[in-house]
Amino acid sequence: MNDQFRYLLTRAARGSLDRRAFMGRAAALGVSGAMANTMLATAVRAEGPRRGGHLTVGLQGGESTNSLDPALAASQVPYMYLRACGDTMVNVNPDGTLDGRIAEEWSASPDARTWTFRIRSGVEFHNGEPVTPEDVAQTLRRHSDEESQSGALGIMRGITGISVQGDSVVLETDTPNADLPYLLADYHLVIQPNGGIDDPAGTVFSGAYRWVEDQPGVRHVLERFDGYWDDSVGHFNSVEILVINDGTARTSALQSGQVQLINRVEPRTAGLVSRAPNITVHSTAGKGHYVFIMHCNTAPFDNNELRLALKYAIDREDMLDRILRGFGSIGNDTPINEAYPLFDASIPQREFDLDRARHHYERSGHDGSPIVLRTSDVAFPGAVDAAQLFQETAAQAGIPIEIRREPGDGYWSEVWNVQPFSASYWGGRAVQDQMYSTAYYSGADWNDTRFFNEDFDRLLIQARGELDVALRTEMYSEMGMMVRDEGGLIAPMFNDFLDAQNDQIAGWVENPNGEMMNGFAPVLMWQA
Amino acid sequence: MHPIAVLLVQRIALSLLLLLAVSVLIFVGTEILPGDVARVILGQGATEQAVENLRREMGLDRPAITRYFEWLFNALQGDFGVALSNRRDIATAIGQRLGNTMFLASVAAAFAVPLAIFLGLLAVRYQNRWPDRLISGITLTAISLPEFLLGYIIMFVFAVQLGWFPSVSSIHGGMSFGQKLYAVALPAMVLTLVVLAHMMRMTRAAILNVMQSAYIETAELKGLRKLTLIFRHAMPNSIAPIINVVMLNLAYLVVGVVVIEVVFVYPGMGQYLVDHVARRDVAVVQACGLIFAAVYIGLNLVADLVSILTNPRLRHPK
Repeated sequence: MNDQFRYLLTRAARGSLDRRAFMGRAAALGVSGAMANTMLATAVRAEGPRRGGHLTVGLQGGESTNSLDPALAASQVPYMYLRACGDTMVNVNPDGTLDGRIAEEWSASPDARTWTFRIRSGVEFHNGEPVTPEDVAQTLRRHSDEESQSGALGIMRGITGISVQGDSVVLETDTPNADLPYLLADYHLVIQPNGGIDDPAGTVFSGAYRWVEDQPGVRHVLERFDGYWDDSVGHFNSVEILVINDGTARTSALQSGQVQLINRVEPRTAGLVSRAPNITVHSTAGKGHYVFIMHCNTAPFDNNELRLALKYAIDREDMLDRILRGFGSIGNDTPINEAYPLFDASIPQREFDLDRARHHYERSGHDGSPIVLRTSDVAFPGAVDAAQLFQETAAQAGIPIEIRREPGDGYWSEVWNVQPFSASYWGGRAVQDQMYSTAYYSGADWNDTRFFNEDFDRLLIQARGELDVALRTEMYSEMGMMVRDEGGLIAPMFNDFLDAQNDQIAGWVENPNGEMMNGFAPVLMWQA
Repeated sequence: MHPIAVLLVQRIALSLLLLLAVSVLIFVGTEILPGDVARVILGQGATEQAVENLRREMGLDRPAITRYFEWLFNALQGDFGVALSNRRDIATAIGQRLGNTMFLASVAAAFAVPLAIFLGLLAVRYQNRWPDRLISGITLTAISLPEFLLGYIIMFVFAVQLGWFPSVSSIHGGMSFGQKLYAVALPAMVLTLVVLAHMMRMTRAAILNVMQSAYIETAELKGLRKLTLIFRHAMPNSIAPIINVVMLNLAYLVVGVVVIEVVFVYPGMGQYLVDHVARRDVAVVQACGLIFAAVYIGLNLVADLVSILTNPRLRHPK
């Protein structure tokens, strides 16, 4: 490669030459477009983050009923703007470790029931006031209050005491909880002045960007907060979030260059979209999974042989190909995959095995009456088709499944967690303990497989207080085996997050904790 | 008083009465929804105390009649209260959204109405010849396609392939009039295509109806050019049915374009209403219902008045 091209490349990477001009001159030097493009991307990455520019993001999941109150956030757009305008005590890194934000460091008492978080000094709210330990404590208190209707209430329930000691916030829990810091990374728990008690939906936060304009369901505009304590993030001058709920409209907006970043690319069009030279589709393995759930305490599913028969009778690979077009990974009848910390990869993968399915089905002594599987379009995208694929493979093993298609309206109140066999989905949780406590612990409200196993419950509680990582990993592995072999969960596949960007921005890092780099794409990416 | 003035006053009074009746229907409709409104809003996990608090806050503990008159009285003063879902002032939010909806509707109407009438005249002029068939063919094809498909096709061609117009029509206060016009080009184009056929066909039919009359034959015999004849002599007598269809379509442009709003990400009334229905935000639903009803009644009133004013027999009753 000649010096002239290298010179152009450096200038383009620094932004002193725009992309179009660079491509033109590269072509004049005889470098093909695709080649120049790839080299430019590499050079931009090597140059590192640059400040400046305006980012426009097109997102699904915003409504005109959205509020700035973090307690009420439940969909993708509030999730993203809270990540951009606010700061939580800690963040979960892509590798599953923790990054201290408002909390600078933390430690647990030996019984893992008292946690002390030292609050970072010199952090400012957007109104110039300092962030104090009292603000942090008040935020946690507000989200612990039943009246606040906070989406984080579930994870705050175990915290029994919140107090301020000097420059630290001390949390006490009713049972030992080695994962507590992970729970505080929840996006609802962004710190507000006095915890947002005076003005829950106020615009003052302490994140890398501050509010300029807030039009729920339409657009949200933020600009860089110059007083932010960490200048290694928040590279754009301004960030604009456009609510584009329609999939085709979102893709078109990216293709026509009106937005630089979109979430939720539809699996059936992802292949086509990524064919455009200036667009990259990011497929990120996450924790969300599609499931068929059986109630372990209701006939005929109270018979583990029948449950096993059904687990062997599902063709996971085929379903992954057809329902998710390959944008995912196959499940192993546990809610945990490699995206979780302390995952044990040595648990054997359950295969599609008709002989075994037939064998278990015969041993179950089922009378041959059709097994009713309830499904609906809202259970997960493609749930009706997935049920039909399941019905077909099960029939090959001689297991009769009857599909009952339920209306979407009321599916989550009348069918899921009510009927003994239905299709559903889970979004995943921060850590294994949280996932298991939410849906597999005997006493959980959402124990949607009616899995009652004393040994499992005992291990779950024991693991919470275990600070030795190796021992905990072993415990979680054992629990995973229990759910896999005795539980009522059929988890054929984990779905990937599908996000897409064009080449005007750079700095994408895969993060399994949530879509859009766990919501931090506007904070961590920069203008190419 | 001139009989026409009496007629006008009667019509307007009747419309107001109708609007009042609609307001009662809207209020009763949201009132008899099954279940306790406060409980529906708070969801299954709500505590008794929270439900009780919300009931008191919404004034649900007082008799319905009192609440109705209070609501009506406030609404007449432009105060619709705050949205239950995010505590924002409804009147401000609706003001913005309604302004946007009206803007898109006006732009679409400014193109669609003259175009439809002109094409209708042209179709009559070349009745049953190729221009007539071409116009009918194209407009009927456009109306037969579902709106969203038409939207996607136009978006694909003009935004993605040619790159002439933006595919996201999001407009906001900081934009100039020209920028706004540019932003809504594609949705306005789709809406024009959607409403064109109805108005064009009605214009054609109404004028053809008049063209059978003896006075048209006279005009023809006296040697008038065909287009002049249609425009000057046939058209005035067929204004009434045309204006009725035009108003119906204008009403549609205001209240019925939620699909287009979604496809082109346009911040209008439709999306606002749908979002709040999904959250059972009764206060907003009532406000939107009232405004939509007022638009329908208002436009129909205009249609009535115009047909009266353009009809000499109604203008000078014996």
